Amino acid sequence: MKKTVRFYSGAELVGKAAIDAGCSYFGGYPITPSSEIAEYMSIHLPKHGGTYMQMEDEIAAMGSIIGASLTGAKVLTATSGPGFSLKQENIGYAYMAEVPCVICNVMRGGPSTGLPTALAQADIMQAKWGTHGDHPVIALTPAYLEEIYEMTIKAFNLAETYRMPVMLLLDEVIAHLSAAIELPDKELMVIKNRRKPLVPPEKYYPYDTAYGDVPPMANFFEGYRYHVTGLSHDKTGFPTTDPDLVQADQERQIRKVASKADEIYDYESYLMKDAKIIIFAYGSTARAARVAIDNARKLGIQVGMMRFKVLWPLPEAEILKICSKAKAIIIPEMNMGQLSEVIERYAADRTKIMRINHVGGVPIHPTDILNVIKEVV
Amino acid sequence: MKVDHYEARFAGVGGQGVILAGKILAYGMVSFEGCQAIETPTYTAQVRGGATKVDVVIDKNHIEYPRTENLDFFLSLHQKSLSIYYKEIKDDAIVVVDPNLNPNIPKNMPQKLVLVDLIEIAKKEMGKTLYSAVIAVGLFAGITKIIKESNIQKAVIDNAPKGTEMDNLKAVKIGIELGKKALESKEKIVILTIEDAKLTDSND
Repeated sequence: MKKTVRFYSGAELVGKAAIDAGCSYFGGYPITPSSEIAEYMSIHLPKHGGTYMQMEDEIAAMGSIIGASLTGAKVLTATSGPGFSLKQENIGYAYMAEVPCVICNVMRGGPSTGLPTALAQADIMQAKWGTHGDHPVIALTPAYLEEIYEMTIKAFNLAETYRMPVMLLLDEVIAHLSAAIELPDKELMVIKNRRKPLVPPEKYYPYDTAYGDVPPMANFFEGYRYHVTGLSHDKTGFPTTDPDLVQADQERQIRKVASKADEIYDYESYLMKDAKIIIFAYGSTARAARVAIDNARKLGIQVGMMRFKVLWPLPEAEILKICSKAKAIIIPEMNMGQLSEVIERYAADRTKIMRINHVGGVPIHPTDILNVIKEVV
Repeated sequence: MKVDHYEARFAGVGGQGVILAGKILAYGMVSFEGCQAIETPTYTAQVRGGATKVDVVIDKNHIEYPRTENLDFFLSLHQKSLSIYYKEIKDDAIVVVDPNLNPNIPKNMPQKLVLVDLIEIAKKEMGKTLYSAVIAVGLFAGITKIIKESNIQKAVIDNAPKGTEMDNLKAVKIGIELGKKALESKEKIVILTIEDAKLTDSND
């Protein structure tokens, strides 16, 4: 009996989910290990009535998705470290102008051109602070193929709901692997769209906080004219240097995510109930950690994991609770300790943080993690 | 599948089609053997001529750690990829390399070394070198018995571009024949020639 089998790679699933979420524009510039996303979109997006545009460079690609989003399109770009660096100025523009967009970064080794096509998780801080100035941050870090599909849709929903760029952080392992998976029923997926103004054009202000921290957004070419700028602006969209207005606007933008953090953050607890040693992990590294935990449990070691499906924002209260009771927290990551630094602030003197940092372009092996677990015991 | 877990690597240089070999094997294991399989290609910035490999991790159950740990099977069509990717090889692994390459393999391992010029065989028997990857998956099936002959044939046909099914079927059969000869041999180092690739009537 032959089963109907469909193999997907992680990269293909980003593209498929984007289309299922209603994405109608992809502006990109191919860069490994994210090129397969552009490839998928170039083949499939036009079939669904969307537009694929290969731009002249990474900067233009980011600019183009901002422009397309302003016309009402759901938009995606995909890149990797060097391209993510180039995009940062326009990403800042998208934060300031509050333009929904999804940026997928398939992380590779850096800095600079670093390790093309090799694995890293070293852009998680860049996803937070890559562009200058203060702004809210949402970054998703799936670890499984099914999750890539679900979380790409979630990235679009969050971008549309909060009117901002949302980062989808993959690593090379999960972007490139292919396996046969069963996708959730598309019809059952929740798809969210941006809130549009209910007032006529002459009464419309693009940054009108009378409707809450996320102002309704009018599409260009539907009769609503407004000014879009990277300068600090008032509710009309025109520049202002009024300290009170600028202060209030910055606070609102931070607040629109901070006040909803408990609806945004997402994590999976694995064998946490009796765990004395806790692993914090995200992305493909969490899969190695899970194998290490299973092996440690066979040795009678009480170890569990908090796996961050959403890396920014973090579940602060839960992390603080764990820091107060854990014997040690082990943080394996494919960088020099970017999440560890954050967690160390939460932990203070309450628990010991053990770092596992690999930056050679090959995955952290379950044995590497198991050895540290044994060391703690 | 006769074992619970199996790891295979097909290596070469970009353009030789080894990544397709991995895709066909993973597809076959999932579609016809009821296993789980994860296939991960690795390539360099050079599209053609760069060291390339594909890893296939096969398991009867869910695969949590998606990368290879201990390879049961390693095949390389090129010195470049042999030098870079000859790693994580089990002591009793089956290793298949081109006899023109310098295997530089430590003594006492692997248990079985098969020397066969797949590219030459593809050129002579199929008229095109690009069939070497399909011959390679056939050889895999013939020597490892991880996937049934009929199932690897079905997997090849399902993945063949329209109009090339019969040629691909011939290529996979050549591979199976080579693999069976290598398996039957009691020698630790088996040298296969183009004579071993000849299909008899019973193969057709």
